[in-house]
Amino acid sequence: MILEQTLNKNEMKDLERNSKVQIDKKRIERRILINKIAKVIFSLSLVFALIVLAILLYRIGSQSIGWLNGGFLTRNLSIFPEKAGIKGAIIGSVMLMMIVIPVTFLVGVSTAIYLEEYASKSKIQDFIRINISNLASVPSVIFGLLGLAFFGRLLNLGSSILAGGLTLSLLVRPIVVVSSQEAIKAVPNFLREASYGMGASKWTTIRKVVLPVAIPGILTGAILSISRAIGETAPLVVLGIPALIMKVPTSIMDDFTALPIQIYYWTLDTVLTPEYANLAAATIIVLLVTLFLMNAIAIIIRNKSQKSY
Amino acid sequence: MRGQFSSSYVAFINPREKEYKERSEMMESKTTIREQIRTNIGKRKNRTDQVMPKVFLMMASISVITTLGIISTLVFDAAKFFSEVSLVEFFSTELAPLAKDPKFGILPLINGTILSSLIAMMVAIPVGMAAAMYMSEFATAKVRKIVKPIMEILAGIPTIVYGFFAYSFVTPLLMKLIPTLEAKNVLSPGIVMGIMIIPMVASLSEDAMSAVPNALREGAYGLGSTKFEVTTKVVVPSAISGIMASFVLGISRAIGETMIVAIASGSSKNFTFDITQSMQTMTGYIVEFTSGDAGSGTTGYYSLYAVGLLLFIFTFVMNLIARAISKKFREEY
Repeated sequence: MILEQTLNKNEMKDLERNSKVQIDKKRIERRILINKIAKVIFSLSLVFALIVLAILLYRIGSQSIGWLNGGFLTRNLSIFPEKAGIKGAIIGSVMLMMIVIPVTFLVGVSTAIYLEEYASKSKIQDFIRINISNLASVPSVIFGLLGLAFFGRLLNLGSSILAGGLTLSLLVRPIVVVSSQEAIKAVPNFLREASYGMGASKWTTIRKVVLPVAIPGILTGAILSISRAIGETAPLVVLGIPALIMKVPTSIMDDFTALPIQIYYWTLDTVLTPEYANLAAATIIVLLVTLFLMNAIAIIIRNKSQKSY
Repeated sequence: MRGQFSSSYVAFINPREKEYKERSEMMESKTTIREQIRTNIGKRKNRTDQVMPKVFLMMASISVITTLGIISTLVFDAAKFFSEVSLVEFFSTELAPLAKDPKFGILPLINGTILSSLIAMMVAIPVGMAAAMYMSEFATAKVRKIVKPIMEILAGIPTIVYGFFAYSFVTPLLMKLIPTLEAKNVLSPGIVMGIMIIPMVASLSEDAMSAVPNALREGAYGLGSTKFEVTTKVVVPSAISGIMASFVLGISRAIGETMIVAIASGSSKNFTFDITQSMQTMTGYIVEFTSGDAGSGTTGYYSLYAVGLLLFIFTFVMNLIARAISKKFREEY
């Protein structure tokens, strides 16, 4: 259009003849149209994800209405849907996390410190690193098989809370390792050098300089890994946790049930008792609210600690 | 002079008289400060500084031990299985682990796994790619700020919740469209599994696309390209290695996914290609068999580890492929 305004017709013809440029307006318009259509189609994919999420939350929320109340949270398990509660499952999940959190944190952060601070760029470090990334992609059900053979049968822990917690901590440790590594890597080197310059030893530097700066990042990763562990079902089912456990666990050697396991068995049993679907939905809401709270805490920590050096 | 003074002064109150004496002697013998520091470091037996690296190395090696543990349990118990069941029977189509005359042909499981993964990828690849292209090339910063958390929420929902959703919502919905659909089938968990994998494919592909240097885009814009043309003809071809790797990782995720198929695709062990029917996947078999009472030491119990080994090999190979792709076709700018 600009061309038409600035050149008269003869000049246009001259230009086209000389430089063999042909301005095909229709083609340009078509290309712009395709671009617009593509943009709409691409954005529809996001709308699709949004709609699925909305339907999922709405469906489960509406199914749990009337079932999710104080009594549901504090009652013991029962075969009668009206009298059933998830007290045992909540306590089971909490006790499970009390195993997972310290074990995962200790081993995961130590591994990250070793890889980032101590290990030289050697074959051993590469080996461990590849190992961790491979572990992260092993299906969770395989960790269940390992837990069943090693913790359950070999160490004779059966399907206790301890066996379940140790199995889950193996599963989520790669997440803690990788996020802690990122956090430690992000600690600027001049802080370390200042510490060494003051005569501090390596361990003192790590303990008093590196870790305090890296701790928000480490915590964020730890919380995310725990929120993964809370929702993980397959390894626990494979450990052979029984379907119906009436009593509330009191020690870490007890058999137990956890929130996701309860959801699993109730969903399977909806064929016989349709009301179980409502119980499963109510339990899912409890689980999701817990997860959202944990993620919110992780986000708050991340935002509050964003320091720039 | 000063050294002498402090030495006599400290000796009066300090039990570590000897150490200070040595120090003051050292000062008198006119060694350099550097040498003094060196001898001091040698003397100071800081135990923690020597022990800590070893403690950390031990912790780090736990991950290696875990891998070895996984491989050795799978291989040893699978070996026990194969001492009783031949490979020919293992790769046949008849599966009846709990029958009086048990049969352990696992082709139905492999078939179920491949079909459900295929359905999942047919959902996850187009939607995930479209989302990635939109997020990386079209979306404004504002849209990105809203959409990223939604994707993260979708990615963070436990798979058991997706399983419940597939069984109690998607299957009844599909039944209205396909009347012959069984209550447990492969189609519905396949679709839901695809939805679960969308965030993974989208974010990995988007990372790959964002890594394409802007100079390439600007070159194409300068030649008069539209955004769509830049995306499909410049950005996607440049980022193809990362995108392909994200697909392969998605497939590996679908193969290993357990709870969705365990709930919604049932436990039929028939060898069929009809996706409206119930089928069992490898993961579903492991879950079904262990949540029932699998007696330790039976052939059925060891069959779990044979299936687990196969599953491990499948996902391991997928990850190797993904790594090889992103290494081989990575273009350096």
